[in-house]
Amino acid sequence: MRELVSTRTNPMIDPALHFWGWEIPVYLFLGGLVAGMMILSGYFLFRGRHREMSCSCLTFPLLSVALLSLGMLALFLDLSHRWYFWRMYTTFQPTSPMSWGSWILILVYPALLANALIRPPAWITSRLLWVSTLSARIAKRSAAVKFIGITNMMLGVLLGVYTGILLSAFGARPLWNSSILGLLFLTSGLSSAAAFVHLIASDPLEQKLLAKADNGFLTLELVIIGMFLIGLVSSTRVHLEAALLLLNGPFAPVFWVFVIGLGIVLPLIVQSMAVNNKVAHTPVAPILVVLGGLILRFVIVQAGQVSHWTRVVSSN
Amino acid sequence: MARYGMVIDTARCVGCMDCVVACKTENGIPEGYDRDWIAYDTTGAFPTLHMEIRSERCNHCEDPPCVYCCPCGASHIHERGGVVLVHHDKCSGCKACIAACPYDARFIHPEGYADKCTFCIHRVEQGLEPACVAVCPTHCMHFGDLDDPNSTVSRLLASREQHTLLPEAGTKPQIWYLK
Repeated sequence: MRELVSTRTNPMIDPALHFWGWEIPVYLFLGGLVAGMMILSGYFLFRGRHREMSCSCLTFPLLSVALLSLGMLALFLDLSHRWYFWRMYTTFQPTSPMSWGSWILILVYPALLANALIRPPAWITSRLLWVSTLSARIAKRSAAVKFIGITNMMLGVLLGVYTGILLSAFGARPLWNSSILGLLFLTSGLSSAAAFVHLIASDPLEQKLLAKADNGFLTLELVIIGMFLIGLVSSTRVHLEAALLLLNGPFAPVFWVFVIGLGIVLPLIVQSMAVNNKVAHTPVAPILVVLGGLILRFVIVQAGQVSHWTRVVSSN
Repeated sequence: MARYGMVIDTARCVGCMDCVVACKTENGIPEGYDRDWIAYDTTGAFPTLHMEIRSERCNHCEDPPCVYCCPCGASHIHERGGVVLVHHDKCSGCKACIAACPYDARFIHPEGYADKCTFCIHRVEQGLEPACVAVCPTHCMHFGDLDDPNSTVSRLLASREQHTLLPEAGTKPQIWYLK
């Protein structure tokens, strides 16, 4: 038996660690969603699909800028010394995933804007003539379009993986301390992005393509979650206890019902039937996937803060 | 180059919390916050229980994950004695250091920046001991240069059985507890 009692009473630390609230999961979700959209959009550009009027990839870049900015706002709101946020941009700390992330975000914006320039919406070109001139010049050069596509895909992968590595680098939190978390958040970002674009796509062929892609991402996500849990369960006692938080602990109902059941398995079944023409395409499945992706970030961030090397039984 | 560390004799510590009060007074710690605290660690099975009373704080790790994860360069290793400190005017309050510390030794100061024990470096630079060490009524706390074989801390570590906290976390803590 071991009982550890502490007189420490620091807010957000005692009696249970809770230093990150809703802002970080929302930021990680939006970052992953944008990462997925950059990869899909980059892929469409690479394949030259931007020439088709109905391609939903034309709405990706500006939508991504808006979503990423919302995520950055959430991140900014989380900072407790927020008027010093610019300090992140006066240095580069190679050992800090957060430093890498802040600089990746700086690169993501111009890549998204370059992507948006390929087919800018009419409400921009009617006001800014130089945009349509520049856009026409880029669109004529297929090498430039491909370069923008590849850059978007690469930065999308970096952004998606970083959202997971950010957490996995914290060895003090056993639940997060798995490098596969980067791959999990990237795959979850891709599935959320495919589902999100599926919702806004008007072309039935594109809807079917995205549903098929989403089925692949969801299957991969299930496999990665399995590997993530196996890795924890087969590691040290503290890692096993961290995994039990999700498997049968206080986070188990949300994890099994909302992340696995409603967020992955059910939409996977519905979308598999839809792509095989057994049921009509329904927005319910992609909505569930997007919500599942958001809840996954909440569960991982909150349960990770509960997972611990030592356990203080009580505070006085 | 000095390497500062602390040695705490748990056989002498009675958990009086004088160290906690001294730290609060010396460093102006706001009410409800602690840079150091007392831990009562009970192990065994009744009736053969063993209790260790410890004065705990930031371990000023030689391999500090809080410094490595800081995106602003606010958390740093001080040139004097390897003490882990925070530049308040560089800290954005992202809380990555709190996530990284296996000892949960850091907190967010009401003014927004990350805060923790400094080993009272402002006193040490004047040739004084940290406030917690200076006031300990049982003289259970010792502070000094671990690289100096003749320092009290080095001699105690050489002569007594000791342990650190969570050595398995791999951070090489610089505070030792004598058994």
